Amino acid sequence: MKFFVSLLLVALLGFAAPLYFPWWSFAITTFIVLFFLRQTPGKSFLAGFLGLFLLWGINAFWLDMANNHLLSQKVAVILPLGGSATLLIILTAFIGGLVSGFAGLAAGYVGERGDVGGGR
Amino acid sequence: MRIIPFFIVTIITVALIVVLDIPLPVKDSHTPRLGYFLSPQKGFWQNAEPADIQFDENLSFSGLQGNANVYFDDKMVPHVYAENEHDAIFLQGYLHAKFRLWQMDFQSYAAGGRLSEIMGDSSSGTNFLKIDRFFRRLGMVAGAEKSLAALEANPVTKAYADAYTEGVNQYISTLKDKDIPFEYKLLNYKPEKWTNMKSVLFMKYMAFDLAGFEQDFEMTNAKSVFSQTEMVALYPYGQDSLNPIIPKGTKFGAPAFSLKPPADADSIYFNYYKNAAATDSMIKPDKSNGSNNWAVSGTKTQSGRPILCNDPHLGLNLPSLWFEMQISTPEFNAYGATFPGAPSIVIGFNDSCAWGFTNAMRDVRDYYEIKFKDSTKQEYWYDSAWQKTTFRDEVIHIKGKPDHTEHIPETVWGPVMYDNDYHDILHTGNSYACHWQAQDGSNELTTFRALNYTKNYDDYVNAMKGYECPGQNMIFACKRGDIAIKQNGKFPAKWRGQGDFLMPGENDAYAWRGFIPDSANIIMHNPERGFVSSANQYPYDTSYPYYLGGEYPVYRGYLINRYLSSMQNITATDMEKLQTNNYNVFQEMARPFLLKYLDQSALSEKEIKYLDIYSQWNLQNDAKETGPTIEKLWWDSLMTTVYADEFSRSALPLPWPEKSTLLDGLLKDSMNYIFLDNINTAQKETLQEDITIAFKKIIPVLEKAENENNLVWGKFKKSGVRHLLRIPVLSRLNLFSSGGETEINALKEFHGPSWRMVVELTDSTQAYGIYPGGQSGNPGSKYYDNFINDWVEGNYYPLLFLKEESMKKLPGLKGKMVFKKA
Repeated sequence: MKFFVSLLLVALLGFAAPLYFPWWSFAITTFIVLFFLRQTPGKSFLAGFLGLFLLWGINAFWLDMANNHLLSQKVAVILPLGGSATLLIILTAFIGGLVSGFAGLAAGYVGERGDVGGGR
Repeated sequence: MRIIPFFIVTIITVALIVVLDIPLPVKDSHTPRLGYFLSPQKGFWQNAEPADIQFDENLSFSGLQGNANVYFDDKMVPHVYAENEHDAIFLQGYLHAKFRLWQMDFQSYAAGGRLSEIMGDSSSGTNFLKIDRFFRRLGMVAGAEKSLAALEANPVTKAYADAYTEGVNQYISTLKDKDIPFEYKLLNYKPEKWTNMKSVLFMKYMAFDLAGFEQDFEMTNAKSVFSQTEMVALYPYGQDSLNPIIPKGTKFGAPAFSLKPPADADSIYFNYYKNAAATDSMIKPDKSNGSNNWAVSGTKTQSGRPILCNDPHLGLNLPSLWFEMQISTPEFNAYGATFPGAPSIVIGFNDSCAWGFTNAMRDVRDYYEIKFKDSTKQEYWYDSAWQKTTFRDEVIHIKGKPDHTEHIPETVWGPVMYDNDYHDILHTGNSYACHWQAQDGSNELTTFRALNYTKNYDDYVNAMKGYECPGQNMIFACKRGDIAIKQNGKFPAKWRGQGDFLMPGENDAYAWRGFIPDSANIIMHNPERGFVSSANQYPYDTSYPYYLGGEYPVYRGYLINRYLSSMQNITATDMEKLQTNNYNVFQEMARPFLLKYLDQSALSEKEIKYLDIYSQWNLQNDAKETGPTIEKLWWDSLMTTVYADEFSRSALPLPWPEKSTLLDGLLKDSMNYIFLDNINTAQKETLQEDITIAFKKIIPVLEKAENENNLVWGKFKKSGVRHLLRIPVLSRLNLFSSGGETEINALKEFHGPSWRMVVELTDSTQAYGIYPGGQSGNPGSKYYDNFINDWVEGNYYPLLFLKEESMKKLPGLKGKMVFKKA
């Protein structure tokens, strides 16, 4: 339960923070979420990673659908990803997830005292 | 807490963010800031415009003086209905920025020699610092400062430009970071505030594009290699097939200035076989920057009313140079093509008339040799004395590097463009000042604005007054029935041959003799023949008293006049067909000659096969034809066969002759044309041999094209519309298109009809138009390039020129923006 709550909060605050702060500000909110909702380093990483992976992935997917893949197919040539919109969405999600995951992991080590068990 | 893992992971996290937040070097370019760029909330995903977007907004701005409505039709063309001129132009600026901000900003950087600020000193093989230095040396910024002063000295144009700038800045000030155009995110920089100077710089760029062509260095090289007879044959003044804008036989008055060349011209200036100047390749505008325009009077049309047509041929870019608009106030109501970056409708029509432009092609850019006292360049020799040089320091900011200061000596002639400090260009150690019309201040906005208000012929004549540069053939037609054309601009009074070569600069003997009085810029008004036209040919025949130096193509003008002379009962559809006409009149003249002299007995079966395609070709440069491919290759090959030996006498860059020069020469002298013999061989080549060799040489090229399935003209030509950053995926390349260099439909590789317009001046104006692009500058919008397919096909869209009551009810509107004074 704690895991899902933290994952949701990571995504929620990861969306809210960049509305006002730089794109990477979600790293700080992820850290804060997982600092207060203590879990093992592994779960902290996973919650951080998945929260942003899903947020960025769904967000990009949504924008891409409405755009009929017009821009993503062009960007996927510039970057270069062989013109694949799907790969570009996965890359987007992965980059967001990776930064957030490491921020979560850092929080996981702060909270780790040995007695922290599962997700409840 | 586990300290060590915590620190390690924190450092990794921070490092990851840093790496994703900076541009990373790849080859000789940089990536965007990847984290930012990919962030769906901040980066490029935000530019992925929903396909079903509607532009409905209610906005209040303190900068407005009244209320206004803007309707977007199904092509996303905005129709602006404002209560006064200020608000109309404010909204023009606002809408230009909304749809084309990056492009207008980027173009002003290019014009002002500031590309290094964005791109670095070089990127992806382009030396941006070299380009910036070139524009600074040429005096673009200094000239723009003078033009800005002229513009702001006139309260009417100042208010006009101010309103535009306010509108652009209104948009920029409310622009959220996530909404900045795609290219800013890609290149990692931010929009800057708009200024009147940026508008003026854009207009100076157009002056460079249209009135910046010269080949004085190359011509000077040529006279060191060729005899006078050869020079006259290679670079003739006037053409045999000449059909000038103002018809032959027009009587001209005596010149207002003495046009006798300086006494020492024969020994110092027209001195052949002497004094070569070595040049590197320099940045030049496309010399075929030109256009077609014509207007037919009611006597020749089905409706009994005039029809005006215009298609400017320019470099084809995305986002397009043009943006379509209707602008309406109680005082004027105009529709047409606008320049993102400048106010007013530029080519278009209003309730009473229509107007358009083609380029005048006159040479208004010359060079004078400067003798400096020493290497400090503090003093130069002029009028038998050492004169103080003034210096202008232009600072070029370079992304990621220290500033570069261009220390430009300025003389009585203008800035020193080429000298030993501006290396890579000249290897002689000499210094040359550039004297260019666009270095002067002038206020062209007066004319563009006035044309929007023009109601009749007298208004048109008045609107053109004071216009200086770039010189244009300004065409006009109105509902009262008038048609007219005038080559308008401020042109130097030159003696025959002046400015073809570099000139001595030690006194004013070689100075321009003044400016041609406006009365000698002749207006053709309601001629008997029932039409006026121009296609960048000579404006007058060579009996015109002033020298008409410049490069003037022949065939489009010739053919347009031939068609228009014979046409009757003309409709707008006929005019669309003429604008997209692909008939190759050059080959109509050349083919019988080539076939007459080709030695067919020397050809193999394979060669005969290609020859048959060519000789049976219908002379249409249609995309599906193979004839144009053979025609182009054969003539280019013949040019090389005939001229390359003489040109190999020198390693210096020399101007390559025009296609028409060879054709006119061959038609006149046939077997006796002076360049036929290959001077590098012992035997004497004949016309027959040259033509046959030239044909045989192209066979491997034809076979290769055929094997690659690229033999038909539409594939061989490889026309395209390129993104300003030359990124292929943001461009539209390999368009299967018709036309060509000498055709009325002058679509070459990356250059051609940038806006096609046909306006029939019936009581309710019937207008049609199209340009190769789309209204949005955003590569993530479906309106980015949605006109291109129809443009390639030669289709036109009706231009909806409606009153607000009708516009309101138009089905398929893409949005309504309501603006209120705050």
